[in-house]
Amino acid sequence: MLDTTFYSLILSIFVGVATGYLGSLMVLEKMALVGDALSHVALPGLAIGISFHFNPFLGAFVFLFVSAAIIWHIQRVTKISFEALVGAMFTLALAIGILLYGTHLEDLENALFGDISQVTLLSTVGAAAACVIAIILTKIIYNKLVLAMISEDLAISKGINVARTNLLYLFLVSVVVAIGIQIVGTLLVGFLVIVPAIAAKNLSSHMRRYSWLSAVFGAIAGFSGVFLWSTFGFGIAFPGPLVVFVGIAIFAITAIINWRLKLTS
Amino acid sequence: MFGCFKKLIAFLIQILFVLVAPFIAVRKVWLIVAEDNGYILKVSNLGVKLQNQILLDNISFNAKKGTTLAILGPNGAGKTILLKTLLNLVPHTGSIEWTEKVKIGYVPQYVAVSDIPMSVREFLSIGNGVDIENSLKKVRLNDNSILNKRLGVLSGGQLRRVLIAWALNDNPNVLLLDEPTTGVDMDSEEPIYLMLNDIKKTQKITIFLITHNIHIVQEYADDLLALNKCLTFCGPAAEIAKPDIQRQIYGETVCVETIRGET
Repeated sequence: MLDTTFYSLILSIFVGVATGYLGSLMVLEKMALVGDALSHVALPGLAIGISFHFNPFLGAFVFLFVSAAIIWHIQRVTKISFEALVGAMFTLALAIGILLYGTHLEDLENALFGDISQVTLLSTVGAAAACVIAIILTKIIYNKLVLAMISEDLAISKGINVARTNLLYLFLVSVVVAIGIQIVGTLLVGFLVIVPAIAAKNLSSHMRRYSWLSAVFGAIAGFSGVFLWSTFGFGIAFPGPLVVFVGIAIFAITAIINWRLKLTS
Repeated sequence: MFGCFKKLIAFLIQILFVLVAPFIAVRKVWLIVAEDNGYILKVSNLGVKLQNQILLDNISFNAKKGTTLAILGPNGAGKTILLKTLLNLVPHTGSIEWTEKVKIGYVPQYVAVSDIPMSVREFLSIGNGVDIENSLKKVRLNDNSILNKRLGVLSGGQLRRVLIAWALNDNPNVLLLDEPTTGVDMDSEEPIYLMLNDIKKTQKITIFLITHNIHIVQEYADDLLALNKCLTFCGPAAEIAKPDIQRQIYGETVCVETIRGET
Protein backbone atom coordinates (compact mmCIF):
# COMPACT_ATOMS: atom_id res chain seq x y z
CA MET A 1 0.00 0.00 0.00
CA LEU A 2 2.89 2.30 0.83
CA ASP A 3 4.38 1.49 -2.56
CA THR A 4 1.20 2.42 -4.39
CA THR A 5 1.07 5.75 -2.58
CA PHE A 6 4.71 6.44 -3.36
CA TYR A 7 4.27 5.61 -7.05
CA SER A 8 1.14 7.70 -7.35
CA LEU A 9 2.94 10.67 -5.75
CA ILE A 10 5.75 10.36 -8.31
CA LEU A 11 3.22 9.94 -11.11
CA SER A 12 1.25 13.00 -9.97
CA ILE A 13 4.35 15.19 -10.35
CA PHE A 14 5.05 14.00 -13.90
CA VAL A 15 1.40 14.26 -14.90
CA GLY A 16 1.13 17.72 -13.32
CA VAL A 17 4.17 19.03 -15.18
CA ALA A 18 3.03 17.56 -18.51
CA THR A 19 -0.61 18.69 -18.31
CA GLY A 20 0.47 22.12 -17.08
CA TYR A 21 2.99 22.57 -19.87
CA LEU A 22 0.78 21.29 -22.71
CA GLY A 23 -2.23 23.04 -21.19
CA SER A 24 -0.46 26.40 -21.43
CA LEU A 25 -0.83 26.15 -25.23
CA MET A 26 -4.38 24.88 -25.02
CA VAL A 27 -5.47 27.91 -22.99
CA LEU A 28 -3.79 30.30 -25.46
CA GLU A 29 -5.49 28.61 -28.40
CA LYS A 30 -8.80 29.46 -26.70
CA MET A 31 -9.37 25.73 -26.56
CA ALA A 32 -9.49 25.49 -22.77
CA LEU A 33 -12.89 23.85 -22.79
CA VAL A 34 -11.82 21.65 -25.66
CA GLY A 35 -9.20 20.15 -23.37
CA ASP A 36 -11.87 19.49 -20.79
CA ALA A 37 -14.37 17.95 -23.20
CA LEU A 38 -11.66 15.91 -24.90
CA SER A 39 -10.91 14.13 -21.64
CA HIS A 40 -14.46 12.74 -21.54
CA VAL A 41 -13.98 11.23 -24.96
CA ALA A 42 -11.69 8.71 -23.24
CA LEU A 43 -14.63 7.06 -21.47
CA PRO A 44 -15.54 4.41 -24.08
CA GLY A 45 -11.85 3.59 -24.48
CA LEU A 46 -11.55 2.90 -20.77
CA ALA A 47 -14.67 0.74 -20.90
CA ILE A 48 -13.37 -1.33 -23.82
CA GLY A 49 -10.05 -1.77 -22.04
CA ILE A 50 -11.80 -3.06 -18.92
CA SER A 51 -14.16 -5.39 -20.84
CA PHE A 52 -11.42 -6.92 -22.99
CA HIS A 53 -8.79 -7.02 -20.24
CA PHE A 54 -6.09 -4.80 -21.66
CA ASN A 55 -4.71 -1.61 -20.14
CA PRO A 56 -7.72 0.75 -20.03
CA PHE A 57 -5.44 3.78 -20.40
CA LEU A 58 -4.22 2.44 -23.72
CA GLY A 59 -7.86 2.24 -24.76
CA ALA A 60 -8.40 5.77 -23.47
CA PHE A 61 -5.42 7.06 -25.44
CA VAL A 62 -6.55 5.39 -28.67
CA PHE A 63 -10.05 6.85 -28.32
CA LEU A 64 -8.68 10.28 -27.48
CA PHE A 65 -6.32 10.41 -30.43
CA VAL A 66 -8.71 8.91 -32.95
CA SER A 67 -11.46 11.36 -32.02
CA ALA A 68 -8.99 14.24 -31.98
CA ALA A 69 -7.78 13.24 -35.45
CA ILE A 70 -11.36 12.93 -36.74
CA ILE A 71 -12.23 16.35 -35.34
CA TRP A 72 -9.02 17.81 -36.79
CA HIS A 73 -9.89 16.41 -40.20
CA ILE A 74 -13.57 17.45 -40.23
CA GLN A 75 -12.58 20.91 -39.04
CA ARG A 76 -10.08 21.30 -41.86
CA VAL A 77 -12.50 20.14 -44.51
CA THR A 78 -15.75 21.79 -43.37
CA LYS A 79 -14.47 24.77 -41.34
CA ILE A 80 -17.08 24.03 -38.66
CA SER A 81 -15.77 25.51 -35.41
CA PHE A 82 -13.50 23.30 -33.35
CA GLU A 83 -15.45 23.74 -30.10
CA ALA A 84 -18.74 22.73 -31.72
CA LEU A 85 -17.21 19.53 -33.11
CA VAL A 86 -15.59 18.64 -29.81
CA GLY A 87 -18.92 19.26 -28.06
CA ALA A 88 -20.70 16.85 -30.41
CA MET A 89 -17.93 14.24 -30.18
CA PHE A 90 -17.84 14.52 -26.40
CA THR A 91 -21.54 13.77 -25.92
CA LEU A 92 -21.38 10.96 -28.47
CA ALA A 93 -18.45 9.38 -26.63
CA LEU A 94 -20.21 9.79 -23.29
CA ALA A 95 -23.29 8.02 -24.68
CA ILE A 96 -21.19 5.17 -26.10
CA GLY A 97 -19.26 4.95 -22.85
CA ILE A 98 -22.36 4.60 -20.71
CA LEU A 99 -23.73 2.03 -23.15
CA LEU A 100 -20.52 -0.01 -22.86
CA TYR A 101 -20.36 0.12 -19.08
CA GLY A 102 -23.90 -1.25 -18.88
CA THR A 103 -24.38 -2.23 -15.29
CA HIS A 104 -20.72 -2.26 -14.18
CA LEU A 105 -21.11 1.03 -12.42
CA GLU A 106 -18.13 0.68 -10.08
CA ASP A 107 -15.82 0.58 -13.12
CA LEU A 108 -17.49 3.71 -14.43
CA GLU A 109 -16.88 5.34 -11.09
CA ASN A 110 -13.15 4.62 -11.31
CA ALA A 111 -13.02 6.00 -14.83
CA LEU A 112 -14.82 9.18 -13.83
CA PHE A 113 -12.89 9.91 -10.67
CA GLY A 114 -9.53 8.19 -11.15
CA ASP A 115 -8.08 5.04 -9.66
CA ILE A 116 -4.59 5.18 -8.24
CA SER A 117 -4.88 1.91 -6.34
CA GLN A 118 -3.72 0.09 -9.50
CA VAL A 119 -0.50 2.10 -9.97
CA THR A 120 2.57 -0.16 -10.22
CA LEU A 121 6.28 0.51 -10.61
CA LEU A 122 6.13 -0.43 -14.29
CA SER A 123 3.14 1.77 -15.10
CA THR A 124 4.72 4.69 -13.22
CA VAL A 125 7.97 4.44 -15.16
CA GLY A 126 6.09 4.05 -18.45
CA ALA A 127 3.80 6.99 -17.74
CA ALA A 128 6.68 9.19 -16.56
CA ALA A 129 8.67 8.41 -19.72
CA ALA A 130 5.64 9.21 -21.91
CA CYS A 131 5.18 12.52 -20.06
CA VAL A 132 8.84 13.46 -20.55
CA ILE A 133 8.72 12.64 -24.27
CA ALA A 134 5.48 14.61 -24.66
CA ILE A 135 7.07 17.62 -22.93
CA ILE A 136 10.22 17.50 -25.07
CA LEU A 137 8.29 17.20 -28.34
CA THR A 138 5.95 20.01 -27.29
CA LYS A 139 8.93 22.21 -26.47
CA ILE A 140 10.24 21.66 -30.01
CA ILE A 141 6.96 22.75 -31.64
CA TYR A 142 6.00 25.37 -29.00
CA ASN A 143 7.17 28.43 -30.95
CA LYS A 144 5.66 27.15 -34.18
CA LEU A 145 2.27 26.73 -32.50
CA VAL A 146 2.44 30.19 -30.93
CA LEU A 147 3.40 31.76 -34.25
CA ALA A 148 0.44 30.02 -35.89
CA MET A 149 -1.83 31.45 -33.16
CA ILE A 150 -0.55 34.98 -33.87
CA SER A 151 -1.12 34.53 -37.59
CA GLU A 152 -1.55 31.29 -39.47
CA ASP A 153 -0.48 32.91 -42.76
CA LEU A 154 2.68 34.21 -41.14
CA ALA A 155 3.55 30.72 -39.88
CA ILE A 156 2.82 29.07 -43.24
CA SER A 157 4.86 31.72 -45.06
CA LYS A 158 7.82 30.70 -42.87
CA GLY A 159 7.49 27.13 -44.11
CA ILE A 160 5.66 25.74 -41.07
CA ASN A 161 3.08 23.06 -41.81
CA VAL A 162 0.46 24.35 -39.38
CA ALA A 163 -2.11 21.58 -39.87
CA ARG A 164 0.41 18.84 -39.18
CA THR A 165 1.94 20.63 -36.24
CA ASN A 166 -1.55 20.96 -34.74
CA LEU A 167 -2.21 17.25 -35.26
CA LEU A 168 1.04 16.35 -33.53
CA TYR A 169 0.06 18.61 -30.64
CA LEU A 170 -3.36 16.93 -30.36
CA PHE A 171 -1.58 13.56 -30.33
CA LEU A 172 0.63 14.66 -27.43
CA VAL A 173 -2.36 16.09 -25.56
CA SER A 174 -4.10 12.73 -25.98
CA VAL A 175 -1.11 10.92 -24.44
CA VAL A 176 -0.91 13.25 -21.46
CA VAL A 177 -4.67 13.36 -20.83
CA ALA A 178 -4.86 9.54 -20.94
CA ILE A 179 -2.17 9.35 -18.28
CA GLY A 180 -3.77 12.14 -16.22
CA ILE A 181 -7.05 10.21 -16.11
CA GLN A 182 -5.33 7.67 -13.87
CA ILE A 183 -4.76 10.29 -11.16
CA VAL A 184 -7.88 12.45 -11.24
CA GLY A 185 -10.28 10.65 -13.60
CA THR A 186 -12.00 11.87 -16.76
CA LEU A 187 -14.20 14.31 -14.88
CA LEU A 188 -11.33 16.32 -13.45
CA VAL A 189 -8.40 15.93 -15.85
CA GLY A 190 -9.58 18.97 -17.79
CA PHE A 191 -8.86 20.91 -14.64
CA LEU A 192 -5.17 20.00 -14.79
CA VAL A 193 -5.02 21.22 -18.37
CA ILE A 194 -6.76 24.56 -17.74
CA VAL A 195 -6.15 25.89 -14.23
CA PRO A 196 -2.32 25.76 -13.90
CA ALA A 197 -2.12 27.63 -17.20
CA ILE A 198 -4.56 30.41 -16.29
CA ALA A 199 -2.86 30.76 -12.90
CA ALA A 200 0.52 31.10 -14.65
CA LYS A 201 -0.96 33.64 -17.05
CA ASN A 202 -1.79 35.86 -14.08
CA LEU A 203 1.92 36.19 -13.31
CA SER A 204 3.48 36.25 -16.77
CA SER A 205 4.33 38.91 -19.30
CA HIS A 206 6.54 36.59 -21.27
CA MET A 207 6.30 33.12 -22.68
CA ARG A 208 9.16 31.38 -20.89
CA ARG A 209 7.88 32.23 -17.45
CA TYR A 210 4.32 31.43 -18.49
CA SER A 211 5.09 27.93 -19.74
CA TRP A 212 7.34 26.82 -16.89
CA LEU A 213 5.15 28.36 -14.17
CA SER A 214 2.20 26.51 -15.67
CA ALA A 215 4.18 23.25 -15.44
CA VAL A 216 5.24 24.00 -11.85
CA PHE A 217 1.68 24.85 -10.77
CA GLY A 218 0.44 21.64 -12.38
CA ALA A 219 3.02 19.64 -10.44
CA ILE A 220 2.19 21.39 -7.14
CA ALA A 221 -1.55 20.84 -7.58
CA GLY A 222 -1.13 17.18 -8.57
CA PHE A 223 1.41 16.32 -5.89
CA SER A 224 -0.21 18.18 -2.99
CA GLY A 225 -3.64 16.81 -3.87
CA VAL A 226 -2.46 13.20 -3.84
CA PHE A 227 -0.25 13.83 -0.79
CA LEU A 228 -3.06 15.38 1.28
CA TRP A 229 -5.39 12.58 0.28
CA SER A 230 -2.93 9.79 1.17
CA THR A 231 -2.02 11.44 4.51
CA PHE A 232 -5.36 12.67 5.78
CA GLY A 233 -7.89 10.84 3.66
CA PHE A 234 -10.66 13.37 4.38
CA GLY A 235 -13.11 10.50 4.08
CA ILE A 236 -13.12 10.54 0.27
CA ALA A 237 -12.34 7.64 -2.02
CA PHE A 238 -10.40 9.61 -4.69
CA PRO A 239 -7.64 12.29 -4.59
CA GLY A 240 -9.23 14.23 -7.50
CA PRO A 241 -11.22 16.80 -5.49
CA LEU A 242 -8.16 17.67 -3.36
CA VAL A 243 -6.10 18.26 -6.52
CA VAL A 244 -8.80 20.65 -7.65
CA PHE A 245 -8.90 22.51 -4.31
CA VAL A 246 -5.11 23.01 -4.27
CA GLY A 247 -5.18 24.18 -7.90
CA ILE A 248 -7.97 26.66 -7.25
CA ALA A 249 -6.09 28.00 -4.22
CA ILE A 250 -3.02 28.58 -6.43
CA PHE A 251 -5.20 30.33 -9.00
CA ALA A 252 -6.79 32.56 -6.34
CA ILE A 253 -3.38 33.57 -4.97
CA THR A 254 -2.01 34.40 -8.43
CA ALA A 255 -5.15 36.37 -9.28
CA ILE A 256 -4.73 38.47 -6.13
CA ILE A 257 -1.00 39.01 -6.81
CA ASN A 258 -1.78 40.14 -10.35
CA TRP A 259 -4.55 42.43 -9.11
CA ARG A 260 -2.22 44.10 -6.59
CA LEU A 261 1.01 44.21 -8.62
CA LYS A 262 -0.26 44.40 -12.23
CA LEU A 263 2.41 41.98 -13.40
CA THR A 264 0.99 41.28 -16.83
CA SER A 265 0.88 44.85 -18.17
CA MET B 1 -9.19 -9.38 -46.01
CA PHE B 2 -5.63 -8.85 -47.25
CA GLY B 3 -6.61 -5.58 -48.95
CA CYS B 4 -8.00 -4.33 -45.69
CA PHE B 5 -4.69 -5.11 -43.98
CA LYS B 6 -2.76 -3.29 -46.68
CA LYS B 7 -4.98 -0.25 -46.22
CA LEU B 8 -4.34 -0.32 -42.49
CA ILE B 9 -0.55 -0.42 -43.03
CA ALA B 10 -0.79 2.49 -45.48
CA PHE B 11 -2.83 4.44 -42.94
CA LEU B 12 -0.28 3.80 -40.19
CA ILE B 13 2.58 4.92 -42.43
CA GLN B 14 0.61 8.05 -43.25
CA ILE B 15 0.05 8.81 -39.57
CA LEU B 16 3.78 8.26 -38.88
CA PHE B 17 4.65 10.66 -41.70
CA VAL B 18 2.21 13.25 -40.39
CA LEU B 19 3.79 13.04 -36.94
CA VAL B 20 7.36 13.35 -38.15
CA ALA B 21 6.81 15.99 -40.82
CA PRO B 22 6.61 19.09 -38.57
CA PHE B 23 10.22 18.55 -37.56
CA ILE B 24 11.49 18.66 -41.07
CA ALA B 25 11.47 22.33 -42.03
CA VAL B 26 10.47 22.53 -45.65
CA ARG B 27 11.49 25.82 -47.24
CA LYS B 28 9.52 26.87 -50.25
CA VAL B 29 11.54 26.54 -53.42
CA TRP B 30 10.73 29.33 -55.80
CA LEU B 31 10.77 29.04 -59.53
CA ILE B 32 13.97 30.70 -60.68
CA VAL B 33 14.22 32.09 -64.19
CA ALA B 34 17.54 33.25 -65.61
CA GLU B 35 16.46 36.23 -67.72
CA ASP B 36 16.23 39.56 -65.96
CA ASN B 37 15.39 43.02 -67.30
CA GLY B 38 15.44 44.83 -63.97
CA TYR B 39 12.28 42.95 -63.03
CA ILE B 40 12.14 40.83 -59.90
CA LEU B 41 8.66 39.43 -60.52
CA LYS B 42 6.71 38.55 -63.62
CA VAL B 43 3.09 37.55 -63.19
CA SER B 44 1.03 36.44 -66.15
CA ASN B 45 -2.59 35.35 -66.46
CA LEU B 46 -2.87 34.78 -62.74
CA GLY B 47 -6.23 33.43 -61.62
CA VAL B 48 -7.49 32.36 -58.20
CA LYS B 49 -10.75 30.53 -57.68
CA LEU B 50 -11.85 29.33 -54.25
CA GLN B 51 -15.11 27.46 -53.63
CA ASN B 52 -16.36 28.32 -57.12
CA GLN B 53 -15.85 32.04 -56.57
CA ILE B 54 -13.48 33.94 -58.80
CA LEU B 55 -11.23 36.02 -56.54
CA LEU B 56 -8.58 37.03 -59.08
CA ASP B 57 -9.07 36.96 -62.83
CA ASN B 58 -6.39 37.09 -65.51
CA ILE B 59 -3.87 39.33 -63.70
CA SER B 60 -0.62 40.13 -65.51
CA PHE B 61 2.04 42.57 -64.32
CA ASN B 62 5.76 42.95 -63.72
CA ALA B 63 7.48 44.41 -60.66
CA LYS B 64 10.82 46.24 -60.86
CA LYS B 65 13.57 45.34 -58.46
CA GLY B 66 14.09 47.77 -55.58
CA THR B 67 10.82 49.67 -56.06
CA THR B 68 7.59 50.02 -54.15
CA LEU B 69 4.49 48.68 -55.85
CA ALA B 70 1.26 49.92 -54.29
CA ILE B 71 -1.85 47.76 -54.56
CA LEU B 72 -5.11 49.64 -54.44
CA GLY B 73 -8.72 48.52 -54.65
CA PRO B 74 -12.05 48.32 -52.83
CA ASN B 75 -12.71 45.78 -50.05
CA GLY B 76 -13.03 42.29 -51.48
CA ALA B 77 -11.07 43.23 -54.61
CA GLY B 78 -8.55 40.44 -53.99
CA LYS B 79 -5.62 42.50 -52.67
CA THR B 80 -4.83 40.23 -49.72
CA ILE B 81 -5.38 37.13 -51.87
CA LEU B 82 -2.84 38.50 -54.36
CA LEU B 83 -0.20 38.78 -51.62
CA LYS B 84 -1.04 35.30 -50.32
CA THR B 85 -0.75 33.95 -53.85
CA LEU B 86 2.70 35.54 -54.16
CA LEU B 87 3.58 33.75 -50.91
CA ASN B 88 2.39 30.51 -52.46
CA LEU B 89 -0.32 30.05 -49.81
CA VAL B 90 -3.18 29.83 -52.30
CA PRO B 91 -3.70 27.48 -55.27
CA HIS B 92 -3.72 29.42 -58.54
CA THR B 93 -3.61 29.23 -62.32
CA GLY B 94 -1.24 31.21 -64.52
CA SER B 95 2.38 31.84 -63.67
CA ILE B 96 4.36 33.64 -60.99
CA GLU B 97 8.05 33.94 -61.86
CA TRP B 98 10.64 35.43 -59.56
CA THR B 99 13.71 36.36 -61.63
CA GLU B 100 16.12 35.67 -58.78
CA LYS B 101 16.21 33.70 -55.54
CA VAL B 102 13.87 35.61 -53.27
CA LYS B 103 13.39 35.63 -49.56
CA ILE B 104 10.04 37.11 -48.63
CA GLY B 105 9.13 38.98 -45.47
CA TYR B 106 5.40 39.25 -44.81
CA VAL B 107 3.39 41.57 -42.57
CA PRO B 108 -0.25 40.40 -42.40
CA GLN B 109 -3.02 42.89 -41.71
CA TYR B 110 -4.43 41.06 -38.75
CA VAL B 111 -2.52 39.36 -35.95
CA ALA B 112 -3.92 37.90 -32.73
CA VAL B 113 -1.57 39.06 -30.00
CA SER B 114 -3.83 40.56 -27.34
CA ASP B 115 -4.13 37.40 -25.28
CA ILE B 116 -0.67 35.91 -25.68
CA PRO B 117 1.83 36.44 -22.84
CA MET B 118 4.79 36.88 -25.19
CA SER B 119 7.34 39.67 -24.86
CA VAL B 120 8.64 41.66 -27.82
CA ARG B 121 12.08 40.13 -27.22
CA GLU B 122 10.67 36.59 -27.41
CA PHE B 123 8.66 37.38 -30.55
CA LEU B 124 11.65 38.87 -32.35
CA SER B 125 13.87 35.95 -31.40
CA ILE B 126 11.64 33.33 -33.05
CA GLY B 127 14.01 32.08 -35.73
CA ASN B 128 17.70 31.84 -35.09
CA GLY B 129 20.73 34.07 -34.72
CA VAL B 130 18.80 37.32 -34.60
CA ASP B 131 20.42 40.56 -33.46
CA ILE B 132 17.36 41.91 -31.67
CA GLU B 133 18.64 45.38 -30.83
CA ASN B 134 19.72 45.91 -34.41
CA SER B 135 16.33 44.87 -35.75
CA LEU B 136 14.67 47.36 -33.37
CA LYS B 137 16.93 50.11 -34.71
CA LYS B 138 15.93 49.26 -38.27
CA VAL B 139 12.31 50.10 -37.49
CA ARG B 140 13.33 53.12 -35.37
CA LEU B 141 12.21 51.80 -32.03
CA ASN B 142 15.10 53.27 -30.09
CA ASP B 143 13.90 52.59 -26.57
CA ASN B 144 15.05 49.09 -25.64
CA SER B 145 12.64 48.93 -22.69
CA ILE B 146 9.99 47.92 -25.22
CA LEU B 147 11.69 44.50 -25.45
CA ASN B 148 10.29 43.40 -22.10
CA LYS B 149 6.75 44.53 -22.88
CA ARG B 150 4.02 42.08 -23.74
CA LEU B 151 2.94 42.18 -27.42
CA GLY B 152 -0.65 42.78 -26.32
CA VAL B 153 0.08 46.09 -24.55
CA LEU B 154 1.90 47.76 -27.48
CA SER B 155 0.29 50.72 -29.24
CA GLY B 156 -0.90 50.19 -32.84
CA GLY B 157 2.17 51.93 -34.25
CA GLN B 158 4.63 50.04 -32.04
CA LEU B 159 3.01 46.70 -32.94
CA ARG B 160 3.25 47.45 -36.68
CA ARG B 161 6.93 48.37 -36.31
CA VAL B 162 7.63 45.19 -34.35
CA LEU B 163 5.87 43.13 -37.05
CA ILE B 164 7.94 44.86 -39.74
CA ALA B 165 11.11 44.21 -37.71
CA TRP B 166 10.14 40.54 -37.49
CA ALA B 167 9.57 40.36 -41.25
CA LEU B 168 13.02 41.92 -41.79
CA ASN B 169 14.70 39.44 -39.44
CA ASP B 170 16.13 37.03 -41.98
CA ASN B 171 17.18 39.77 -44.43
CA PRO B 172 14.49 39.37 -47.07
CA ASN B 173 14.81 41.00 -50.49
CA VAL B 174 11.05 41.25 -50.92
CA LEU B 175 8.60 42.67 -48.38
CA LEU B 176 4.84 42.10 -48.60
CA LEU B 177 2.89 44.58 -46.48
CA ASP B 178 -0.87 44.17 -46.03
CA GLU B 179 -2.07 47.60 -44.91
CA PRO B 180 0.94 48.22 -42.64
CA THR B 181 -0.79 51.12 -40.91
CA THR B 182 -3.85 49.20 -39.70
CA GLY B 183 -4.65 50.49 -36.22
CA VAL B 184 -2.27 53.43 -36.56
CA ASP B 185 -3.44 57.02 -36.11
CA MET B 186 -3.03 59.47 -39.00
CA ASP B 187 -0.08 61.34 -37.51
CA SER B 188 1.89 58.13 -37.02
CA GLU B 189 1.20 56.77 -40.51
CA GLU B 190 3.62 59.00 -42.38
CA PRO B 191 6.70 58.15 -40.21
CA ILE B 192 6.12 54.45 -40.86
CA TYR B 193 6.13 54.99 -44.64
CA LEU B 194 9.20 57.23 -44.37
CA MET B 195 10.92 54.45 -42.45
CA LEU B 196 9.88 51.85 -45.06
CA ASN B 197 11.24 54.10 -47.79
CA ASP B 198 14.62 54.25 -46.04
CA ILE B 199 14.70 50.48 -45.52
CA LYS B 200 13.90 50.00 -49.20
CA LYS B 201 16.82 52.23 -50.23
CA THR B 202 19.45 51.00 -47.77
CA GLN B 203 18.67 47.31 -48.08
CA LYS B 204 17.59 47.27 -51.75
CA ILE B 205 14.28 45.62 -50.95
CA THR B 206 11.30 45.37 -53.29
CA ILE B 207 8.10 46.32 -51.48
CA PHE B 208 4.54 45.26 -52.30
CA LEU B 209 2.18 47.45 -50.35
CA ILE B 210 -1.59 47.26 -49.93
CA THR B 211 -3.11 50.59 -49.00
CA HIS B 212 -6.31 52.61 -49.32
CA ASN B 213 -4.58 55.96 -49.03
CA ILE B 214 -4.09 57.81 -52.35
CA HIS B 215 -1.72 60.26 -50.70
CA ILE B 216 0.56 57.37 -49.64
CA VAL B 217 0.45 55.98 -53.19
CA GLN B 218 1.52 59.35 -54.61
CA GLU B 219 4.27 60.01 -52.09
CA TYR B 220 5.84 56.61 -51.44
CA ALA B 221 5.05 54.23 -54.29
CA ASP B 222 6.82 53.95 -57.62
CA ASP B 223 4.20 51.89 -59.38
CA LEU B 224 0.53 51.27 -58.86
CA LEU B 225 -1.64 48.23 -59.36
CA ALA B 226 -5.37 48.82 -59.06
CA LEU B 227 -7.47 45.72 -58.59
CA ASN B 228 -11.08 44.76 -58.65
CA LYS B 229 -10.80 41.01 -59.16
CA CYS B 230 -9.23 41.90 -62.51
CA LEU B 231 -6.67 44.64 -63.12
CA THR B 232 -8.21 48.12 -63.46
CA PHE B 233 -4.92 49.98 -63.73
CA CYS B 234 -1.22 49.18 -63.91
CA GLY B 235 1.39 51.89 -64.32
CA PRO B 236 3.42 54.64 -62.65
CA ALA B 237 2.05 55.66 -59.26
CA ALA B 238 2.09 59.36 -60.17
CA GLU B 239 -0.69 58.71 -62.70
CA ILE B 240 -3.15 58.43 -59.83
CA ALA B 241 -3.30 62.25 -59.83
CA LYS B 242 -4.91 62.26 -63.29
CA PRO B 243 -8.71 62.46 -63.23
CA ASP B 244 -9.17 60.01 -66.12
CA ILE B 245 -7.02 57.40 -64.38
CA GLN B 246 -9.04 57.87 -61.20
CA ARG B 247 -12.20 57.42 -63.23
CA GLN B 248 -10.68 54.24 -64.65
CA ILE B 249 -10.00 52.92 -61.13
CA TYR B 250 -12.99 54.17 -59.18
CA GLY B 251 -15.54 54.53 -61.94
CA GLU B 252 -15.60 58.30 -61.38
CA THR B 253 -13.34 61.11 -60.17
CA VAL B 254 -12.61 60.97 -56.48
CA CYS B 255 -13.30 64.24 -54.73
CA VAL B 256 -11.27 64.14 -51.55
CA GLU B 257 -12.53 67.54 -50.38
CA THR B 258 -16.19 66.63 -50.20
CA ILE B 259 -17.81 63.69 -48.53
CA ARG B 260 -19.64 61.54 -51.00
CA GLY B 261 -22.89 59.75 -50.20
CA GLU B 262 -23.33 55.98 -50.47
CA THR B 263 -23.39 54.80 -54.05
